[in-house]
Amino acid sequence: MKILVCISKTPDTTAKINFTDNNTKFVEAGVQFILNPYDEWYALVRAIELKEADTSSIIHIINVGAPDNDPIIRKALALGGDEAIRVNSTSHDPYDIASQIAAVAKENSYDLILTGKETIDYNGSSIGGMVAELLDLPYISLATKLTMNGNIATVNREIEGGEEVNEVTLPVVISAQKGMAEQRIPNMKGIMGARTKPLKVVEPIEADTLTTIASFELPPAKAGVKLVPADNPEELVRLLHEEAKVF
Amino acid sequence: MSVLVFLDQSEGHIKKNSLEATSYAAKVAELLGTAAEGIVLGNVQDDLAALGQYGLKKIHTVKNDALNNYDDQLYTKIIAEAVSKTGAKVVVFSNNFSGKGIAPRLSARLKAGLVSGAVALPDIANGFVVKKNVFSGKASANVAVNTDVKIISLNPNAYKIVKGEGVAEVEELAVTMEPSKIKITAVHKNVGEIPLSEAEIVVSGGRGLKGPENWALVTDLAKALGAATACSRPVADSDWRPHHEHVGQTGLAIAPNLYFAIGISGAIQHLAGVNRSKVIVVINKDPEAPFFKAADYGIVGDIFDVMPKIITAVKKLKGIAV
Repeated sequence: MKILVCISKTPDTTAKINFTDNNTKFVEAGVQFILNPYDEWYALVRAIELKEADTSSIIHIINVGAPDNDPIIRKALALGGDEAIRVNSTSHDPYDIASQIAAVAKENSYDLILTGKETIDYNGSSIGGMVAELLDLPYISLATKLTMNGNIATVNREIEGGEEVNEVTLPVVISAQKGMAEQRIPNMKGIMGARTKPLKVVEPIEADTLTTIASFELPPAKAGVKLVPADNPEELVRLLHEEAKVF
Repeated sequence: MSVLVFLDQSEGHIKKNSLEATSYAAKVAELLGTAAEGIVLGNVQDDLAALGQYGLKKIHTVKNDALNNYDDQLYTKIIAEAVSKTGAKVVVFSNNFSGKGIAPRLSARLKAGLVSGAVALPDIANGFVVKKNVFSGKASANVAVNTDVKIISLNPNAYKIVKGEGVAEVEELAVTMEPSKIKITAVHKNVGEIPLSEAEIVVSGGRGLKGPENWALVTDLAKALGAATACSRPVADSDWRPHHEHVGQTGLAIAPNLYFAIGISGAIQHLAGVNRSKVIVVINKDPEAPFFKAADYGIVGDIFDVMPKIITAVKKLKGIAV
């Protein structure tokens, strides 16, 4: 089975978010960047588990980004990817990014394309669906479980107040979330091996930019917590009812 | 030219999130000086003409049982046909479980710019700019859509349902049907629970509750308030509560009107999933708990002492026997 895992570089969860240039640019200085947790913990680790069960499988990693993304791509290789492709583009438009991934996927005809349910920076949840549409493949989003039986994938996906079990014949695009797999730490052998694994850099194809970010905003600062004494919890209920009017 | 909203269904009923998207679409249509129309796929039991109360002039239906089951590939093709037949210039989805599947597909199919996770009405004074949450709720971005057709996927609970008068015209749409490539073999619903994504009030518990045997402090309050229940990651990881209740960075991100946190310290990963809540209440015995910095109301105190009193006060307020 040939698997493609789409990965993204994101600021660490604890990163301080600031903007510059009239609130049009995210300040990257001093920010720790990581492999997007949904891509790493769920999509990539599940791909690695599937390869462990069927060692003839091949895992390709794809990232659309600049050369400074290479460390997170090497991390994905250290965890267990076989080869990586970086499309040399700094686009932030989801359609442009999905078009780059679809172009690479068309050349290599993958059986399974996995990605995280969203990135923790732009929170778009868009790439998987767009790639599926560009390749005219079925898409199962927000998947919590994936098992293979020959060329049939059985996938659990989250729905409102529950879960649904889907069966689909490969090829398919799946976005992964919690439940799919457990986080792994790369071992020394993996880290050493990742240095010599192929990381191919390709130039982007021409694709339309459908959206642009005009500006960013930080939320207004909270007024501060109104503390109610512990010996008068009834007062909290009164405030929520009469002042905040939430029930 | 019109605004088209996709109304998705669960077991034959239009979802609440879709009604929010409908009210939003009606307002967008008003801003653009046009009419809002809806599309419903599959057979539903609800009175569709009555959706005119939410501002829809017309509902396009495709009453085919094969469409009762969600398949974003199939749905996208049909909605794309509807967009071209109705000449819709703006398509609105709820950014719920199905919107997250269909909206990006439709964007790629129509080459129409998508704003997913929108939280406000578009600014049409200079182009078409829609605000959405980014950095897991720590900031927002104003996204300019540069294409003729625009797609907005509206975050759940980001726009209030507006109900007025009106009857919508219901019309069957002739479309090309294709077989679905996805077979649904089972559906597991969490019976008797309010889905977290739809809840206006969420009561949530953390490790401070010390064990699953104490969860009545969470569920009793939730029941009295008609709220959904949630929990922090350590609680789900310890199997005190089911995983679908986990809210936070790796769990579900929610934005209810009230988030009531009991015995949760408020680690940054937890805040990332709940920081868009309109009002946050924190009950914790540790005055240094980081959650108090993000809260609107709080009590520093022993939850085992404070919570029973709060539950009694809420029940009294709601006229429930105590």
